[in-house]
Amino acid sequence: MSDRALHLSHFHGGLKLEGHKTLSTGEAILDMRIPRWIVLPVQQHIGDSAEVLVKAGDRVRKGQLVARAAGYVSAPIHASTSGTVIAVEERPVPHPSGMNALCVVIETDGRDDWISDRLEPLEDYLNLDGVTLRNRVREAGIVGLGGAAFPASVKLNPPPGREIETLIINGAECEPYITCDDMLMREHAHDVIEGTRIVQRVLQAKRCLIGIEDNKPKAIEAMRTALGEETSDIEIVKVPTRYPTGGEKQLIKVLTGREVPSNGLPGDIGIVCHNVGTVAAVYRAVAQGIPLLSRVVTVTGLGVRHPRNVEVLIGTPISEVVAFTGGYDDGVERLIMGGPMMGFALGSDEVPVIKATNCILAAGRGEVDEPGPAMPCIRCGECQRVCPAVLLPQQLYWHARARDFDKAQDFALFDCIECGCCSYVCPSNIPLVQYYRFAKTEIWEQEREKRKADVARQRHEFRQERIEREEREKAERLAKKKAALAKGNKGDKDQEDPKKAAIKAALERAKAKKAAAGTMPKNTENLTEAQKKQIDEAEARRRKARADREAGDTDNNEEEKDA
Amino acid sequence: MRFPTVSSPHSTPAKSVSRVMGAVILALLPGSAAATWFFGWGVLINIVLAVTFAVALEALMLALRKRPIKPFVMDYSAVLTAWLFALAMPPLTEWWITFIGIFFAIVVAKQLYGGLGYNPFNPAMVGYVVVLISFPKEMTLWLPPEMLAETRLDFLQTLSVVFTGSLPGALSWDAVTMATPLDLMKTELGLNRTIEEIRQNPLFGDFSGRGWEWIANWYAIGGFWLLFRRTIAWQIPVSMLGSLAIISGLFWWTDPDVHASPMFHIFSGGAIIGAFFIATDPVSASTTPRGRLIYGAGIGVLTYVIRTWGGYPDGIAFAVLLMNMAAPTIDYYTKPRVFGEDRHPPS
Repeated sequence: MSDRALHLSHFHGGLKLEGHKTLSTGEAILDMRIPRWIVLPVQQHIGDSAEVLVKAGDRVRKGQLVARAAGYVSAPIHASTSGTVIAVEERPVPHPSGMNALCVVIETDGRDDWISDRLEPLEDYLNLDGVTLRNRVREAGIVGLGGAAFPASVKLNPPPGREIETLIINGAECEPYITCDDMLMREHAHDVIEGTRIVQRVLQAKRCLIGIEDNKPKAIEAMRTALGEETSDIEIVKVPTRYPTGGEKQLIKVLTGREVPSNGLPGDIGIVCHNVGTVAAVYRAVAQGIPLLSRVVTVTGLGVRHPRNVEVLIGTPISEVVAFTGGYDDGVERLIMGGPMMGFALGSDEVPVIKATNCILAAGRGEVDEPGPAMPCIRCGECQRVCPAVLLPQQLYWHARARDFDKAQDFALFDCIECGCCSYVCPSNIPLVQYYRFAKTEIWEQEREKRKADVARQRHEFRQERIEREEREKAERLAKKKAALAKGNKGDKDQEDPKKAAIKAALERAKAKKAAAGTMPKNTENLTEAQKKQIDEAEARRRKARADREAGDTDNNEEEKDA
Repeated sequence: MRFPTVSSPHSTPAKSVSRVMGAVILALLPGSAAATWFFGWGVLINIVLAVTFAVALEALMLALRKRPIKPFVMDYSAVLTAWLFALAMPPLTEWWITFIGIFFAIVVAKQLYGGLGYNPFNPAMVGYVVVLISFPKEMTLWLPPEMLAETRLDFLQTLSVVFTGSLPGALSWDAVTMATPLDLMKTELGLNRTIEEIRQNPLFGDFSGRGWEWIANWYAIGGFWLLFRRTIAWQIPVSMLGSLAIISGLFWWTDPDVHASPMFHIFSGGAIIGAFFIATDPVSASTTPRGRLIYGAGIGVLTYVIRTWGGYPDGIAFAVLLMNMAAPTIDYYTKPRVFGEDRHPPS
C-alpha cells in the first residue's frame, strides 16, 4: 500500500532528538523466565487503587484475581503466574518519590498453572456487542500501556450522546531509546490490528488512524502487511519523527489537524486515542482470554550490557529484568523508568515492573549529564519556541518561582504536558518542568485543603443550626406544655395544636435544610473536567497522603453520624 | 542497587548563558573592527576600558551582594554590556566618562535590580543615556571617518587623550573632531536647507555617512549570523528596521526635500547595531513572539520621532528604554493562543 495522501498537520514547537532506538532493536523480543518473586502494587493505574482479595499464605494461580477494581476508574490485578502469596504489605514501588505502597507479594512456584475458571476466549469477537467487549477489557485489567496507565475500559465508554468519529492508535513512540511499541508492531502486528478492530467496534468509530513515526519503517511495513491489501476504514499513517509527536494531543493534531480543547479530553472532539500496546492487550484478552499479565519492556541504555526488548511478567523486580538481559555495565549512572525526556529516575532497582513500565533506561557514562549550574532566566524565549502546548514557559517559571499560582494558572499552567522540551533547550539550565510540577502539586494541595475546610465549615454550620433548632423546639414544647397545663380543663379545642406545630416545625426544618443545601459553597465550581481529573489523579498518586486523609475521613464520618 | 534520583528530562545538551553572550560578542567583532578602522584606536581603547571597568564593578557588586562571582562574571553579560556601551561612545571619550557610564550600567541598572535577568532596562543604554545627558559637550566630540580625517592620532596619542583629556601638540579640538551625519543633518535641516543641499557635504556617502554605512553593514553581517544560529529572534530586528523604514519612507515620500530617505535612517547612527544587538537584549525586551513585533516596531517609530522632532540627533537609546518600560504590559497582552484554546473566545 502506498502512502495515502492524508494531509498531515504539525504542532508548534517540539524537538528533533537523537533516537538511540537501534540500541535495543537488534534482537527479537525475548520472553523472560518466571522470576522468584512477583510484587504486584495495587495501584498501577490512574484512579482508585484495587482492593486486595488475597492474604498471606493463599495459593494463587496464573490469571487469578488478586485485587479487584474498586470504583469506575480502577483496574483489577491478576496473578501473573502461579505461586503462594507470602505477604500483602507496603513495598517500594516505581514512583518519582521513591515511596512504598501496598503490594501483593507472590513467591512463584515455576509451574505457571492457569486458574481453572480462566477467561474464555470470545469467539467471533468482531460481531459481539460493545458492552461484552468492554467488560472483557475491564475484567482483563487493561490500562493504557503507553505509560499513562489510564484504565482502558473507561476510554472505551464515551459518555452518552458523545459520538466517537475517529479512533487514533498511537504507535508514534516519540521518546528516544524506547522501542517496545516498535518491536511489538514488528512482531505482533496482527494482534495490534485485530485489537484495533475490536476497539473500533466498541467505539463505533467511523475511521481509524494508526500513527507511526517514520523512524520505524519495519514496524510500518509489518503493520501494513498485517492490515492487508483490502481497503478498510483503518489507515496506517507515517508521521514525521519529532518529539513529542507521541503526546496524545500532539498526535491528534498531526493526524487530524484538530486541537483537543484546552482543559478538555479528546472525546470532546469525537476522538479517542489508544496506544498500540494497549490494543494488542485488548486483542489477547478478547480473542485468547488472557488478562494483562505481561508486557513488552525495553531494557536499554549504555548502562546495560545487552540492550533489548523483553516480554516481562507484571510484578517482576526490575533488578531481575536487568540481570536477565545480561546485567549492568560498569558505567551505569542512572536508572530511569520511561524515556530520557519524561521518565523518572528510580532510586533503586528493587521495584517491580508495573503495567506502565514501557522502558528501563540504565544510562551509562556520558548519556545523562548533570545540567550545568542553573543561572537566572534571561527571557531568551527558546522555551517558548519549542513548547508544544504553546505556553510561555519563561513567564510560567517566573510565577511558579514566586509562588504566584493564580498568575501561573493565568498562563495556562495546567496545559503543560511536562514533555521537558523547555528544560532541554534552556541556556540557563533551569529545571523548568520541576517548577511546573511543583506549582501544580501546590495548587492541588491548596484545592484539597480548601475542600476540606469547606466541608468542615459546612458541618460546623449544620451543627450550630441543629443545636439552635433543638433548643428552640424544646422551648416551644415547654411553652406549650405550660400553656396546656394552665388551660387545664378548658376543653379539647386546642388539642390539635401540638400536632400542627409539629408539622410546621418539620416543614421548617425541611426548608432550612433545603436552603442550607442550596447555599453550599461549591469550591470546585471553576474547575474544568480535566483539572478535576488531574486533581483526582494526583491524589490517587499520592497514596501516602491519601492514607492519612482516610484516617481523617473516618473521624469525619463519626462526626457526621453525630450530626 | 541504588541510583541517584534526578528530575526529568534526563539528557540535556550542554548550553549556557555564556555561549549566548559569547556568540553576540563574536557577532559584534566585524562591526567593531570596522569602527576601529574608520574612527581609529579610540574605539578599541573605549572597548577595553569599558570591559575592564564593567568586569571589575560586576565582581565587586557580586561580592557585596554575596553572590558567587565566577559563574556570573563568566557569563559575559557584563562584557557584552560594556562592549555595546563603548561602541556608542565617541572615540576620544575620556576614561572617567566611560567609568561613570559603566557604573550606571552595571551597578545601578543591573546589579541593584538583582543582577543578570532581573534588570528591567537595558544596562548599556542606561549607562549611555546617563552620560549623554550629563556630558552633552563631550558626547558630541566625534571624529571624521578615516577618509576625511586630516590628522589621525596614533595609538599612544589616542591613549593620552583618553587619559588626560587634552590633545597632543598644537592640535585643536575643532580640527580633530567632526559632527556625525545625523547631527549634521539635524543642524542643517534646522537652518532650512534641503536634503539635496545637505547631502553635498563630503560627510555623506551612498546612503548615510561615509564610513558609518560601512560599519552598519558589518554590524548587519554579525546580526544575520545571530539570526541564522537563532541566538536572537527575528521579530525585533525585522519589526524595528521595518517600522523605521516605513515611517521614514512615508515622510520622505510626502516631501523628500525636508525628510531624509529610509536608507539614510537605517544606515545612520545606531539603527543597525540597535536592531540586531541592543533591542534584542532578551532580559529587557518583550518575550512573546507577537510582543516582540510590537516592541521592535515601537523602537523604530520612537527612534524616528526622536531623530526628527526630538532634541537629540539619534534616538535609539531613548527608544529602547521607553519600550523597555512597556515590555511587561506588551507581554501580558500578547500571550500566544495556548494549544487547544478557542481561536475566537466568546467575549
